[in-house]
Amino acid sequence: MKIRLGAFPWIFPALAMIAVFVVWPAFEMIRTSFQEIDPTGIAKGWAGLENYRTLFENPDLKPVLVRTLFWVAGIVFFTIAISLPVAQLLNANFPGRKLVRWVVIIPWAASVVMTSTIFKWILDPYSGVLNRIFVDFGFISEPRDWLGNPTEAMIWLMVVAIFVSIPFTAFVLLAGLSTIPTEIMEAARVDGATALKGYRAITFPLLQPALLVAAVINLINVFNSFPIIWIMTMGGPGYMTDTTTTLAYKISFRDQNIGASASMASINFVIIFIFILLFLRVSKWKEVTK
Amino acid sequence: MISGWVLALVFGLPYIHMLITALKPLDEVLAIPTTYTPTSWAWDNFTGVWKEIPLATFIKSSLIISLAATLIVISIAIPAAYYAARNNFRGRSLFLLLVLTTQMFSPTSLVVGIFREIVKFNLVDTYLSLILIYSAFNLAFSIWILSSFFKSIPVEIEEAAAIDGCGRFKTLFKVVLPLALPGIVTAFIFTFIAAWNEFVIALTLTSSPEREPLTVGLTSLIGQYQVQWNFLFAGSLIAIVPVVILFISIEKWLVGGLTAGSVK
Repeated sequence: MKIRLGAFPWIFPALAMIAVFVVWPAFEMIRTSFQEIDPTGIAKGWAGLENYRTLFENPDLKPVLVRTLFWVAGIVFFTIAISLPVAQLLNANFPGRKLVRWVVIIPWAASVVMTSTIFKWILDPYSGVLNRIFVDFGFISEPRDWLGNPTEAMIWLMVVAIFVSIPFTAFVLLAGLSTIPTEIMEAARVDGATALKGYRAITFPLLQPALLVAAVINLINVFNSFPIIWIMTMGGPGYMTDTTTTLAYKISFRDQNIGASASMASINFVIIFIFILLFLRVSKWKEVTK
Repeated sequence: MISGWVLALVFGLPYIHMLITALKPLDEVLAIPTTYTPTSWAWDNFTGVWKEIPLATFIKSSLIISLAATLIVISIAIPAAYYAARNNFRGRSLFLLLVLTTQMFSPTSLVVGIFREIVKFNLVDTYLSLILIYSAFNLAFSIWILSSFFKSIPVEIEEAAAIDGCGRFKTLFKVVLPLALPGIVTAFIFTFIAAWNEFVIALTLTSSPEREPLTVGLTSLIGQYQVQWNFLFAGSLIAIVPVVILFISIEKWLVGGLTAGSVK
């Protein structure tokens, strides 16, 4: 009994902060999704599932859902696929390795906002350096408006998202690599395994826990990703580069339909919750807290 | 080795282009087609930027918000982390589960709810709203990393201090905290950077230029009729460089903290 009272003053401030500014907004958001809200934000009573109906009747929703699926799956897949060799490289011994590691950290440390801004400028239809390079190398005959058409814009948005996701992922994999004893690889080499065979038979399986954790954290981050799309295309043209995250924001803060936006955001919330349960599984958090 | 350098080039090039653009005079920035390197290097852009855009105001807002949030996080996370590391109280697992779940929820996913709450509290367009939200969402990382640091300090040291007549608080301040200093520094820098780089909540909760932090203030310049890209990027670099250096200094602790220690 004494011990239980004892915990309270130590952890109460943390609990209070999380309860008021994380848990409360979550409840508030879900509650709003079942309320009738006028454009100034005042609740006019319960609306049942009306907001959800409005959301599902939005003709832009279905393409946005499909796009979000491609967005998340594509970025997570390519991020992992590229981070594997990057981590291997950062783990190898070569002169200047430290400096290379530092440079790779930049997109992780720098604000995604600033990185998105420089890519928007690189892709500028008039003075963008990409157009200059592609014209000089003869890939295209005249400058293009890369972010002006939905397919190309989507590809570039995903490239930027992969670019900013790789550093964290590579460092998680690097930490995983450092737990694999070098003796195992040496023993395999003595037994005549080629580098590739050794990687596939030993390194890759031992890297699995790190890989799973990196994949799930990326899943959550990419699903939540907002600044890249907002700064480079604002989801445009129209809604053609929106994901569910930017769509929820647009419906709320641009179209002022707070109820429908809350229902979109609540659906996103549930999806993230499922991802988190997945994380708790793969990270074996119970062992960690021991 | 060459592939290592190519890798650095790939990740560094966008930022090198940022620097090159920041060093061009405006007429050259807007040249079509663009130049690869400035024909005249406008080093004075880095002094002119303070007059051309309200950079000092943005930096002031970012500093106030980030420092205040960081101080709140550190002073709340230390007792919680210390207690959770040293005692096996009832509900400890539940507490840590809650903390871990918060770490996974970015404020982006809750922005609609956060906005409604802040309106209710009448805190729209204040530093305080951002400070409180950033503190709450960044507590998790600090509790997590500090708790693992506290756990790595042998209990015997504390017991020895107690025998020498140190009270519980004196032991904490004179013995435990100095030993956990790398963890505190890591928590401090990480929280500061997370608050410094945040965008969605700041975009939603601020409406006047005097309250906008760097991320929102600088990007609001893009919407203007003629974008002064050179000054925009000079400002961006001033915002990025210190943060990157700080980030590199805590690199070795980051992965453990962000993956709840399940990788290292």
